[in-house]
Amino acid sequence: MQIKVDRELCTGCQTCVASCPYDAIVMSEDKALINEYCQLCRACLSACPEGAIKEYGATTASQAADLSAYKGVLVFAEQRDGHAAHVAFELISAGRRLADTLSVSLAAALFGASDTEAEELIKWGADKVYLCDDSSLTRFNDEPYSELLSKIIADHKPEIVLAGATAVGRSFFPRVAARLHAGLTADCTSLEIEEGTRNLLAIRPAFGGNIMATIVCPDTRPQMATVRPKVMKTGAYEQTRKGEIIKIERPAKPSRTKVIDVVKEDSNFNISLQDAEVIVSGGRGLAEAKGFAMLGELAELLGGTLGASRAAVDEGWIQYGHQVGQTGKTVCPKIYIACGISGAVQHMVGMQSSDIIIAINKNPEAPIFNIANYGIVGDLYEIIPLAIKKIKGERGI
Amino acid sequence: MKIIVCIKQVPDTAEVRINPQTNTLIRDGVPSIINPYDTHAIEAALAIKDVHGADVTVLTMGPPQAEAALREAVAMGADDAVLLTDRAFAGSDTWATAFTLAAAIKFLGCDIALCGKQAIDGDTAQVGPAIAEFMDIPHISYISKIEAVSADAITVCRLMDEGYDVVQAPLPVLLTVVKELNRPRMASLKGKMRAKKIEIRKLTSLDLSLDKNNLGLEGSPTQVKNIFAPEIKKDRIVIGGTAEEQTDELISILKAVKCL
Ligand SMILES: Cc1cc2nc3c(=O)[nH]c(=O)nc-3n(C[C@H](O)[C@H](O)[C@H](O)COP(=O)(O)OP(=O)(O)OC[C@H]3O[C@@H](n4cnc5c(N)ncnc54)[C@H](O)[C@@H]3O)c2cc1C
Ligand SMILES: Nc1ncnc2c1ncn2[C@@H]1O[C@H](COP(=O)(O)O)[C@@H](O)[C@H]1O
Repeated sequence: MQIKVDRELCTGCQTCVASCPYDAIVMSEDKALINEYCQLCRACLSACPEGAIKEYGATTASQAADLSAYKGVLVFAEQRDGHAAHVAFELISAGRRLADTLSVSLAAALFGASDTEAEELIKWGADKVYLCDDSSLTRFNDEPYSELLSKIIADHKPEIVLAGATAVGRSFFPRVAARLHAGLTADCTSLEIEEGTRNLLAIRPAFGGNIMATIVCPDTRPQMATVRPKVMKTGAYEQTRKGEIIKIERPAKPSRTKVIDVVKEDSNFNISLQDAEVIVSGGRGLAEAKGFAMLGELAELLGGTLGASRAAVDEGWIQYGHQVGQTGKTVCPKIYIACGISGAVQHMVGMQSSDIIIAINKNPEAPIFNIANYGIVGDLYEIIPLAIKKIKGERGI
Repeated sequence: MKIIVCIKQVPDTAEVRINPQTNTLIRDGVPSIINPYDTHAIEAALAIKDVHGADVTVLTMGPPQAEAALREAVAMGADDAVLLTDRAFAGSDTWATAFTLAAAIKFLGCDIALCGKQAIDGDTAQVGPAIAEFMDIPHISYISKIEAVSADAITVCRLMDEGYDVVQAPLPVLLTVVKELNRPRMASLKGKMRAKKIEIRKLTSLDLSLDKNNLGLEGSPTQVKNIFAPEIKKDRIVIGGTAEEQTDELISILKAVKCL
């Protein structure tokens, strides 16, 4: 395939030049020219207002795989200390929706946990669970996990395979995809089925959240994706739901990597960011570490926890564990109160799916106001202490 | 000991914006940089070299201008630089990129391969673990600390969602690094001089005798169907008035949503 400019249609407007992430479009005799730096990313195709940029030569299927041999949706259900993690229930809900659209069944793969946990997955919506209950798998280890999942996929041929875009999912899924020559889309925020083709449309942010991209794997199966935690909502839990548990053996091949120790780090708040219903978050606008003591007081009154922008973490005012955003945590609380945070895309991708966003910022032009449901243009050092005082007053503290 | 560091040249995404009217990236004057995570991988290699002695090669797959990133790494202290460049590599997704890089690393030989956790243009974090799979060696992701290195094994801390794991692996191994691992050093004057003069070794698909079906667009199972601007919520309510009035309004909102 090649991407070329139709010189007849090109008006020389240069819109495409700016659209190219690889600087591969130059102007030559007042027309756009795509040079050898082109990486075929297609970003320019939709940029041209004249439709003068076109794809030439059909894309070839790398494998002549029989796509119809693959049926069903499989989700990898992550566990922590032997208990299914919240992200597993989110994936089951997302997977259930895809399976229902395709009229196929939904399976889950669970390693290092018990039958009781497998039953939980069924109550959350799985039709069957492939369970390897060997306790050596309770600690995450890439090699046995890759072995087991690759084998389940080879044996049962699901058309879609999902995992959480967590430390675990993002570490071992690429190995499985590499082994199976399967397409893997990272860190998706939305999943759809394309009508007619049954292809998975995996939608994800790219370029630091500046753009969204829809990724497809038209010629290969399974279609794999990791899904960002906290973006998909969990479905209904049915106490009486029945399903099948299929036991599988642990891999015979010994693992080369060994997990010697697992260390949990406690933050100074007992509610974890990802489970919090209320997050009071601070940025560079706090101007000093003491600001977090004030925000912490408000967070406590609201039964919530503290978040932070990267700028505040980089200043050393609060630990990295509190960072929200592209390189921190993705959160989805009922209420997110952003104090002195400008709203850089890298921050917003981590919190924009919060139910209600309240922003307090001195600068009325701050981009955070574009996504805030309630915007307060003002000094956080006036508003927050007042709010604390009033709440305490009402409670008689 | 031989160490290969995979580095990628990326646009500085902190400065990339999208024009919501035209749906295009605004890249005027956006500079190309070494992927920030990869500078930490380079530093990790150089730190191992400082203590144990090692030969550090930086490797990138990309268009000819990616040479600039390699020279920057040599200025930091890398001994050697290899550019994987070929029209056949264009359009590679993470599968094809990892396949190609793995072939080059096997060709060059190494005890430790290092990658950044993720590249900031795609943010996939998939290339590192996939390279390890193609090479049939173990990998450890997101390492935040190197506890011990010997001639045949390495012990590291791996950053997880709720803390960290201490993990041991035999060499050869592939590691992907996070920023907490170290502080990348500045280029030295001597390094800068070397970087100017060094001859960058170029490898193509022919040099590695690679099957075209596994390369570039043809080897890539994923395709970008379209690109669009993230939507922004429109229903914004601005709370005006004095600080006193604003605070009262804030409290009544918190009450309305049963947060108070
Ligand atoms: C690859 C990459 C990844 C990144 N990942 C993340 C990430 O995960 N999370 C993240 O947050 N950032 C991330 N960033 C950084 C991001 O681009 C921004 O630099 C950062 O979010 C800015 O933080 P801030 O809003 O606190 O600071 P600033 O942008 O400096 O904003 C401070 C705001 O405070 C306001 N203010 C000042 N004083 C007051 C006051 N008294 N009362 C009220 N308002 C006041 C100002 O008007 C201003 O809007 C990343 C960047 C890159 C390149
Ligand atoms: N084209 C490339 N050349 C060299 N290294 C790469 C390339 N693409 C990715 N990498 C390495 O793989 C890591 C993860 O990239 P990614 O999977 O794209 O997020 C990067 O930090 C690099 O170390």
